[in-house]
Amino acid sequence: MGLARYILIRGLLIIPTILILYTLVFVVLRVLPGNPVLAALGTKNIPEEQLQAIMKELGLDKPLYVQYFEYLLNFAKGDMGKSMVIRGRPIASDILDRLPATLELSIWAIIFSIAIGVGIGYLSARSGNEFLKAFTRLLGSTVFVLFIPALGLTLQLVFSKWLNLLPTGGRLSAEVFVKPITGLYTIDTLLQLNVMEFVDAVAHIILPAFTLGLVISGPYMRLTLNNMEQVMESKIIVAYRSRGIREERIQRHAFRHVLIPIVTYTGLQFALLMGGAVLTETTFSWPGIGTYLVDKVMYRDYTAIQAVIIVFAIIVGLTSLIVDLIYALVDPRVRY
Amino acid sequence: MKEVLEVSDLWIKYYTLSGVVHAVSGASFQLGKGEMVAVVGESGSGKSTLGYALLNMVPKPGKIVRGQVLLDGVDILKLGPEELRRIRGSKVSMIFQDPFTTLDPLRKLGTQFEEFLIEHGVERAKARAMVKEFLVAVGLPERAMHSYPHQLSGGQKQRVSIAMAVALNPVVMVADEPTTALDVIVQRQIMDLIDDIRKRVGTSVVLITHDLALALERADTIMVMYGGYVMERADKKRLLANMIHPYTKALFESLPRMSQKRMPKFLPGYPPDLRNPPSGCIFHPRCAFAQEKCRSVAPVLNEIARNHFVACHLAGGEQ
Amino acid sequence: MKLEIVKSPYFLAGLTIISIFILMALLADVISPYSPVEGVGPPLQPPSPRYLVGTDNLGRDMLSRIIHGSRIMLTIVMIAVCLSGMVGTIIGLISGYVGGVLDRILSFVMDSIYAFPPLILAIALSVALGPSPLNAAIAIAVVYIPTYFRMVRGQVLSIKNELFIEMARALGIPSTRIVLRHILPHLTQTLMVVFSMNSADAILTEAALSFMGLTVQPPTPDWGFDLYKGRGFILAGAWWMLVFPGIMITLLALGFALISEGVSKSASRG
Repeated sequence: MGLARYILIRGLLIIPTILILYTLVFVVLRVLPGNPVLAALGTKNIPEEQLQAIMKELGLDKPLYVQYFEYLLNFAKGDMGKSMVIRGRPIASDILDRLPATLELSIWAIIFSIAIGVGIGYLSARSGNEFLKAFTRLLGSTVFVLFIPALGLTLQLVFSKWLNLLPTGGRLSAEVFVKPITGLYTIDTLLQLNVMEFVDAVAHIILPAFTLGLVISGPYMRLTLNNMEQVMESKIIVAYRSRGIREERIQRHAFRHVLIPIVTYTGLQFALLMGGAVLTETTFSWPGIGTYLVDKVMYRDYTAIQAVIIVFAIIVGLTSLIVDLIYALVDPRVRY
Repeated sequence: MKEVLEVSDLWIKYYTLSGVVHAVSGASFQLGKGEMVAVVGESGSGKSTLGYALLNMVPKPGKIVRGQVLLDGVDILKLGPEELRRIRGSKVSMIFQDPFTTLDPLRKLGTQFEEFLIEHGVERAKARAMVKEFLVAVGLPERAMHSYPHQLSGGQKQRVSIAMAVALNPVVMVADEPTTALDVIVQRQIMDLIDDIRKRVGTSVVLITHDLALALERADTIMVMYGGYVMERADKKRLLANMIHPYTKALFESLPRMSQKRMPKFLPGYPPDLRNPPSGCIFHPRCAFAQEKCRSVAPVLNEIARNHFVACHLAGGEQ
Repeated sequence: MKLEIVKSPYFLAGLTIISIFILMALLADVISPYSPVEGVGPPLQPPSPRYLVGTDNLGRDMLSRIIHGSRIMLTIVMIAVCLSGMVGTIIGLISGYVGGVLDRILSFVMDSIYAFPPLILAIALSVALGPSPLNAAIAIAVVYIPTYFRMVRGQVLSIKNELFIEMARALGIPSTRIVLRHILPHLTQTLMVVFSMNSADAILTEAALSFMGLTVQPPTPDWGFDLYKGRGFILAGAWWMLVFPGIMITLLALGFALISEGVSKSASRG
């Protein structure tokens, strides 16, 4: 089947997935007892008619199924509703403002995780040393169960407080201003050739990205190592060797085979990455969608939480599609 | 005529965690220019290991512990890694049973073939021309070089492997079960191709196979192996006329034939555990003619007639 | 098969770690030097002979808090894993056995949840249910139901294929009994792997939810919650409020991860 048709079908399948998650969260949020407005405002002392007025304003007086569909339709149009806590504030603009921050963090984290994970896995495979290999596997498992806030706070303590090298939180220092092009400050500052600002942006992103990247790198170590071992024993490599190809070249060809499961895994673990990103943002006060969610969680802003869930569902759906595409590009067998 | 390949007293062992596997015990044979020797045996007979030894490529944890492999007079077992790399593919080459996994599925055929030639010192433009030439020579269209392996059939893939294996005009080509994974008609085509190469270019071929019928059909010399030992070795005519070793006879009898009215007879029992081989003659547990002596003393290869060697006490294989 | 598992060093190491933690939780009252909820000394003291892990900002002994913290952590995680295990297994059994449209719909729903970031969903559910240890357990349970569902359904499907042939031959045997009797033995080994890996995940999820204040209330001792409350002080230099709770979380999760390793390694061998 053609590549275009494949993408189309996969793209369409994202929609029911999003619906399922939206429904689940909607049901749990709305069906449970308790008035959401009271919960959001945190107080029970509001005169009845004022309460009714607020609920009408927020559209909460309508029957549930109406609310369900109305929200969806509005969302499709780009209106994610208004915050229940900060009254009248549109959620969409908040989320879209914060999206680049989360994106930037995630991209840097993936870069770190692949560099560390695949790097260590590849090197230990090449070494041939059995102890090193066993150690790598253990390292991979251990790193994966590190508690992100613990790791993050440790790094902050060491690099911020004690060594005074790096800032503690946020994306930029208070005095620094970056004119946003993509919203990804590290790129924007490069594009505008602002060296000072670039350094500032990097200094702020390096600890959170490294923290998340290190934890996510664990499975890559094991994956790369195991696959390198397998491939190096495989018939393809034996055949290459029987033709007198140089060992370094053979390693390079072997690596291409290892790349496939790495790409596959990246797609599979993207969901974990998102969860980790939320936790990392919370730890480092990184102004992304993660901290937005957690803030809204504090105040029980149901509408906002709904919106965030849908946004994440879209992100996960799109990224898995992209990963499938990359997979098709790397492995010619899938294409035809 | 000087032999292009002389294997003398080859002993190969695998040092595994569960014990030492005696894969090949004292194999010897010679091969002349343009000749084909068939190494025949069941799985575990050591034939594949022997094949790898001819490129000094016995996989870990295997080791060649004794013997010589003289390729055009040079003992390849004594060569260093760089020299070995140079002769592999150019002086001695190998084709494998499974063409699916011996061509890199992620790269185009032309690219793989060119790289191979370039690694052996052919310059890029000439390499490209050679690729086209050889693909056509083995019966494939030129445009095959732009295809990926999975776009070709099994037979076609095997042809590509053969093309690569003979492109640099090696002295010896080792063919490890080249037709086992192919259907019968394609088998014939591939074997015809190999024969054709032998005749035209003079490449000698070591055919490793479990199929005695195939060996009898195509090879000049036949070497029957069992449990790592050579049981019998003779040129084809002599063998057909007079099979001496009980194992060879059993193998022959297990071949189904059109002319026979009876069912083929299969050999009872199982192949030996090479970590703990039986004493004396390795075949004695399954041999219908085993004597007391067979259980205690291992027979050696004895020349019982010109170019006919047998390792059996009953044929005079005393020490 | 069971004996081989015991020989695996990973399994043994993991089991040892878990056992120590469980003992710690059971004997918490006995082995804690002080009460975990009352201030017993000067606040923000680094580790010393009197307070081996130091004190927090309210003068409470950190060691006692850490020991007691294992209780709430293990309780929440055990409830969550058992809940999701039971529900996921039952739904998986039904879906796999009944097949048809029901199976297709259920699979799609479960796959959608499975693909979604578990922590984020757990956060949303915790909020909706209200912050409490029980609700946290329920939220975590819901998030991991698809894991068990998929595993059990997979096993049921593979066995269903084998059994169909048998059932066609042997008429009149109650199929439910066959299904149960044949599926359960195959399931145990895979269940152990999933169960332990799931526990490791659940531990990290609980800690994460606590770090966002979504599980317990003060003064309950909880490792993640202590990190949350102590954050400001940690960054001001009170490293002992960070290191020890952090190690506990990772160590306990590691214990389960090692068990999972050990079982799956010997499963592939044996």
